[in-house]
Amino acid sequence: MTDFWKSNQRRIAPWLFLAPGLFMFAVYVIIPIFQSLWISLYDWDGLGAKVWIGTANYVELWDDDAFYTSLKNNVIWLILYLLAVPAGLFIAIFLNQTITGMRLYKSLFFFPFVISQVVVGLIFSWFYAPDFGLFYKLIELLTGQSIAILADDRFVTYGIIAAGLWPQIAYVMILYLTGLNNVAPDQIEAARLDGAKGWRMLWYVVLPQLRPATFIAVVVTVIGALRSFDLVSIMTDGGPYGSSRVLSFYMYEQALSEYGYRMGYGAAIAVVLFAIMMVFISGFIWKMWRDESER
Amino acid sequence: MFPRPIEQTSAPAQWLYRIAVPVALILWLLPLIGVAVTSVRPASDLAQGNYFGMPSSLAFSNYRDVFANSPMGAYMLNSFKVTIPTVIGAVALSCMTGFALAIYRFRSNLLVFFLFVAGNFVPFQILMVPVRDLTLHLGMYNSWYGLALFHIAFQTGFCTLFMRNFIKALPFELIEAARVEGVSEVRIFWYVVLPLMRPAIAALSVLIFTFIWNDFFWATVLSNSPESQPITAGLSSLNGQWIAQWHLVSAGSILAAVPPVAMFFLMQRHFIAGLTLGAVK
Repeated sequence: MTDFWKSNQRRIAPWLFLAPGLFMFAVYVIIPIFQSLWISLYDWDGLGAKVWIGTANYVELWDDDAFYTSLKNNVIWLILYLLAVPAGLFIAIFLNQTITGMRLYKSLFFFPFVISQVVVGLIFSWFYAPDFGLFYKLIELLTGQSIAILADDRFVTYGIIAAGLWPQIAYVMILYLTGLNNVAPDQIEAARLDGAKGWRMLWYVVLPQLRPATFIAVVVTVIGALRSFDLVSIMTDGGPYGSSRVLSFYMYEQALSEYGYRMGYGAAIAVVLFAIMMVFISGFIWKMWRDESER
Repeated sequence: MFPRPIEQTSAPAQWLYRIAVPVALILWLLPLIGVAVTSVRPASDLAQGNYFGMPSSLAFSNYRDVFANSPMGAYMLNSFKVTIPTVIGAVALSCMTGFALAIYRFRSNLLVFFLFVAGNFVPFQILMVPVRDLTLHLGMYNSWYGLALFHIAFQTGFCTLFMRNFIKALPFELIEAARVEGVSEVRIFWYVVLPLMRPAIAALSVLIFTFIWNDFFWATVLSNSPESQPITAGLSSLNGQWIAQWHLVSAGSILAAVPPVAMFFLMQRHFIAGLTLGAVK
């Protein structure tokens, strides 16, 4: 036994080290993905017997207006959330100086990312609150109209996205601040001698060096946009009349709320969301895989 | 350095910048400042429509009311009970998986690695029904360990990515030297690599603490009673009860925000190192 261990330990050791982590990850992440795919083919209330209905859940989705509303909102989320990348870069450039107290300023700017989205949602609900909210007053002052953002189906999704952008911009800012720290000074000086400055310097010299930071920023922003659930749940609970639902929220509503325990239908929505995210995940993995193989 | 250091510009520009930064900061944090002020505003101010002026007096009693009239204390305790074991568990598991994936060459190495990475990005909803079902079957619904076990498993994905990249950047000669000396693989892990991983462990710990403390989705899916709910879920249900009592909602929000904020300030360097690893080569 000991001889066997001695001569083979380098082949066995990695699997021993991997075993506990891989086991937990398989039980709680990998296997449930396949179980969800399976459950989406059943009619199931979570307690009673599962009834096989094949693709009926997906057929129902095809004609479900609420599903299309959620999908449309997800697209809006995705597009507007990506504004966090340029906005974060802008703040990072603004703050990339060394005046006294700068370290403290930078961490205070980062604050919104550290607090819970539940708190962010409550803060912004209060900000938008009709009659006394600061933002409400501001709009009233500027346009003369009174708009209750979170109760108006024309604006509600944008109002929630604005709340989501606040912490997301802070996150991207920190990524870029670290990136800017590592930009090669000699290249900047050389470009400066060649007369480059402002936008041209940013575009041709700085941004190419910030590419790793940009990659991470885009990854976390896309994933964050598609995962949006907390803010919708806290700020509007999907309303008014379901107009601010996103897929992740609609799934939860179908599977686990007072509207009914339709686990199969919920799973089908989750599968669609998963498929959308897999497109992006595959892209990220493909790029990371290429970087790994090049090393 | 980009942009051009402010010290190289004219004196007025420097002054302008020194003023612009704090002004921008106040605008940026305005929503948060508003809530912090509201949390110490007496209820009578709100009744009189004084929402944004100076509070007529500092009502720290709002905080006392929150603790006295709601299970806020229990919620906070629950959050700690879920968060601390998760941090320990996820960091421990990923030290091992990260070590295995960074040090050994075997055929399915990259495959296992990308399994962890990809799993870390999936939407929570695809896991929701089976994980809730599993937790119910194990009799762990409404318990801190039911939540903690799931979080440990899920966070292992991100932590493995982090640890593996960190160990990969360590000098491999150390391990080779130990192997030549005949040190066993387990002892290499424990005595050679683990001591060098301290910064990574610190960074991951603060990061995971914040992530789990702030988790809302799983808190609502895997628990529904005040005895077991973490603070995020608790705050959400209190928000339903405290309609228009913004001084209480604000005090509750501030309470929920304090632990991760304190963690961030105490361990700032590690926190940022944790977030940006991978962005910095």
